Amino acid sequence: MARIDFRQVRKRYAPGLPLVIKDADIEVGSGEFCVFVGPSGCGKSTLLRMVAGLEDITSGDLLIGGQRVNDLPPAKRGVAMVFQSYALYPHMTVAENMAFGLRTLGADKAAIERKVRAAAEMLQLTPLLERLPKALSGGQRQRVAIGRAIVKEPRVFLFDEPLSNLDAALRAQTRLEIARLHRDLGSASMVYVTHDQVEAMTLADKIVLLHAGPLIEERGSVAQAGPPMALYHRPASRFVAEFIGSPRMNMLPARLLDAQAGHAEVELAGQRVRVAVDARHLERQADVQVGVRPEHVVVADEGEGAPLPASLLHVERLGDTSLLYVDAGPGLDALTVRVEGAAARAPGARLTLRLRAERLHLFDAAGLACRRTVELPT
Amino acid sequence: MPRSLRTDRMTPLAGPRASRRPLSAQRSRAAWLLLAPMLVTLAAVALWPLARTIWFSFTNADLNDLDATRFVGLDNYFGELGLFLNPNDTEGFWASDWGIAIANTLKFALASVLLETLFGLGVALLLNQEFKGRALVRAAVLVPWAIPTIVSAKMWGWMLHDQFGAINHLLLTAGLIQQPIAWTADPAYALWTVVAVDVWKTTPFMALLILAALQTLPKDCYEAARVDGVHPLRVFWYVTLPLIRPALVVAVVFRLLDALRVFDLIYVLTSNDASTISMSGFVRREMVEHGYMGYGSAASTVLFLVIGLATVLVMRLARDRRLEDAP
Amino acid sequence: MSTQRSRAASAAIYGLAALVTLVSVYPFLYALSTSLKTGSALFDPSLWPSGASLRNYASLLSDGEQPFPRHVLNSIGVSVAVVALSLALGVTAAYALGRVSFKGRGLLLGTILAVSMFPQVAVLAGMFELIRALGLYNRAAGLVLPYLIFTLPFTVWVLTTFMKQLPKELEEAAIMDGCGPLRIIGQVFMPLLWPALVSTGLLAFIAAWNEFLFALTFVLDNDERTVPVSISLISGASLYDIPWGKIMAASVLVTLPLIALVLVFQRKIVSGLTAGAVKG
Repeated sequence: MARIDFRQVRKRYAPGLPLVIKDADIEVGSGEFCVFVGPSGCGKSTLLRMVAGLEDITSGDLLIGGQRVNDLPPAKRGVAMVFQSYALYPHMTVAENMAFGLRTLGADKAAIERKVRAAAEMLQLTPLLERLPKALSGGQRQRVAIGRAIVKEPRVFLFDEPLSNLDAALRAQTRLEIARLHRDLGSASMVYVTHDQVEAMTLADKIVLLHAGPLIEERGSVAQAGPPMALYHRPASRFVAEFIGSPRMNMLPARLLDAQAGHAEVELAGQRVRVAVDARHLERQADVQVGVRPEHVVVADEGEGAPLPASLLHVERLGDTSLLYVDAGPGLDALTVRVEGAAARAPGARLTLRLRAERLHLFDAAGLACRRTVELPT
Repeated sequence: MPRSLRTDRMTPLAGPRASRRPLSAQRSRAAWLLLAPMLVTLAAVALWPLARTIWFSFTNADLNDLDATRFVGLDNYFGELGLFLNPNDTEGFWASDWGIAIANTLKFALASVLLETLFGLGVALLLNQEFKGRALVRAAVLVPWAIPTIVSAKMWGWMLHDQFGAINHLLLTAGLIQQPIAWTADPAYALWTVVAVDVWKTTPFMALLILAALQTLPKDCYEAARVDGVHPLRVFWYVTLPLIRPALVVAVVFRLLDALRVFDLIYVLTSNDASTISMSGFVRREMVEHGYMGYGSAASTVLFLVIGLATVLVMRLARDRRLEDAP
Repeated sequence: MSTQRSRAASAAIYGLAALVTLVSVYPFLYALSTSLKTGSALFDPSLWPSGASLRNYASLLSDGEQPFPRHVLNSIGVSVAVVALSLALGVTAAYALGRVSFKGRGLLLGTILAVSMFPQVAVLAGMFELIRALGLYNRAAGLVLPYLIFTLPFTVWVLTTFMKQLPKELEEAAIMDGCGPLRIIGQVFMPLLWPALVSTGLLAFIAAWNEFLFALTFVLDNDERTVPVSISLISGASLYDIPWGKIMAASVLVTLPLIALVLVFQRKIVSGLTAGAVKG
């Protein structure tokens, strides 16, 4: 009922200009919280605005609830949008702002009042109903914008970077409120656009990560779509692996030596390292990249996994964890390693890193990932 | 969860008659619909009368006997009694009434706009400085612009009166002249008197435009110049002037095209005397006082072409320049 | 802005300021003074009116032959009608021109502006024919038509500039709320736009109020005249007797409200003018 389908959607701003959206095939399930995320220029806002009806679609189909809506004006789609700058009507009170959409549709006055009050209660706006937007704080305006969307009882909620204008503390709090809202509003789908991957990881049922720049033309707009943990543990490409997760995944250049059904073996920094992926489709001696997340690198002189000698460059102590920046040899960028607690070592110390096969990822020369043979715990 | 906010309720969707055109096209269509009333009105009050006037210029229409109107082609322009190449102009084109009108108009326009720009620049620079009572001066400067043209003409007509006027009185007492001068009647002075009054009246407009441009200039250039010890005049010439040039050009061109249409001031100050008559005054005289609707229409069409071509030229240049500046 | 100014520079600035103020304001003060003079006092060119009286005003307002108050009403009526029409037509047009991008928009805007540059005499013959055909010749109401030629383009041009500056997200929110263009203009943009409407309306009013050529040519009836023509035709007892006192009285009466309006709405007027020229 509230399902959204993008089918081979493309967009260019004028004939002759490059495609800004290419072959987007995206499915947002009914009641799902879907986050469009990606670097600037990836077209995430454009896709959102297509759902809203504020952007034309050059080719392809957009369906809401199974119905093609390409040429349908926004008010007839059953969608509501929360703008980045809130876009509250400055001359109307909070109550009037929230009632405006329903009044325009010609709904009954009593019904409008009921709905406005219910939404205000849900968002703790009741004491503010008679105020003008200029008398509200940023967070309060944010909530009015959400309230304005709620009263229309849409099938789809659209959020355009709603937290980017808030300070850090307010951002965390509002994130919780949005998550709660999603739970409370049941079957409405939510499409949320952000450039912040933390918001994406924490709020989404499904993340759609979008390419930017030349990758759009090469691989289409969608880099990977799926639950947050799927993108985190099974990134389909280097692009995904490096965008999701902070600090970034470490990338180590290597050469493929041997590939078998259950694992592959590569030469990395002079060592023979085993990776739990299926790389049989690649050539021997192919250039590959080994990816490993900072928290998956173990610092231990003994134990499982291929050893990698390294020297410590720098330590950042964060209280609960520490980040170690290590130099693993010539030809390799500095690795980031996350360890629990406060690391007791000092720069210059010699360590042994251990790379366990099932924690490693393998990417070919084009950046595509090899299929994992051992699943990472989610 | 509040019952009144079930979100599975469907908002009304369009039926099978939903438009098949993309949204931007729908918006374009709405825009044209919104424009239509204004465009129709404008066409009715401006384009239609203009077309008819041009039509009349090819006829010998006479106000006193409109039924006898006949098509005469280009006679009004080039024929025996026409505006140009008239064999009856024994002393040459520029001595004919029409020639004098053109000369007057050009002299007036160029002199007026030049002086208005210079004085306007001066007043704007003055108002751009901070001093006590600046707001008062700015309000005072608006007064000449607020006064209706007719009133200005009458006011100055009175002050320039040859016998009782304050100006003559002042100049006589100061010993600058021996005899009172008939400012608005004497052909030697009349046109320049009109220029002077127009300059008085329109300088505020130029001053305001230039002041607005001056106030958008970045202050740091000037502070840097001051620190470097550059002389204010050089700063003005090399920094200020180039920066306000675009706004200045717009204002000057606008005023120039406007000045070519002058009628009111000359008519009231100098009673449309033959020696000071402007092109517009000539048209009206021929059409209304002599009743020569066809002949007058030809003259007005010439004026229209002159201003029209100039406007088109200017807009072309402006558009090209904007395209140059665009990233 | 210089923080330290030399004595000489200060003197120059204040001197210049005084001169500019004097030149700007003196003529009107002189007219005011003249309006209060009667009889032989008129021959005295000093600023202060000796034997000041309001006789000129009384004579002006009670003249049966030349009903000045009637003329003022005519002018007000025509100007208000022209402004109302211009704003009504101009606002919707400005929305289309300022916020919807469509093919030919730039050209259209340029053409509309070009129309306001028409010399008035260029439409004189055709307009005469039109007005007569509509039965509006010699009636003040008939002036509304030619006045639209310059007020309409001007209004559209200035309002378009203001419309362009309104925030895009506000309009998009209204679109999401189901508003069509008319509702957007009326309920969302109007409250933000009314200062622009005031300044544009004011400037259009002043332009219509001052117009002379059409008023002189198309309205001959004494009762239907507008103010500018009325003032230019004020005559005295004999053919050669020009009643300067009375003329100045009429001038003052007509100008005082205008000056007051302009001074009160200074900022709005300036922004209206500059929006058209500098930013446009």
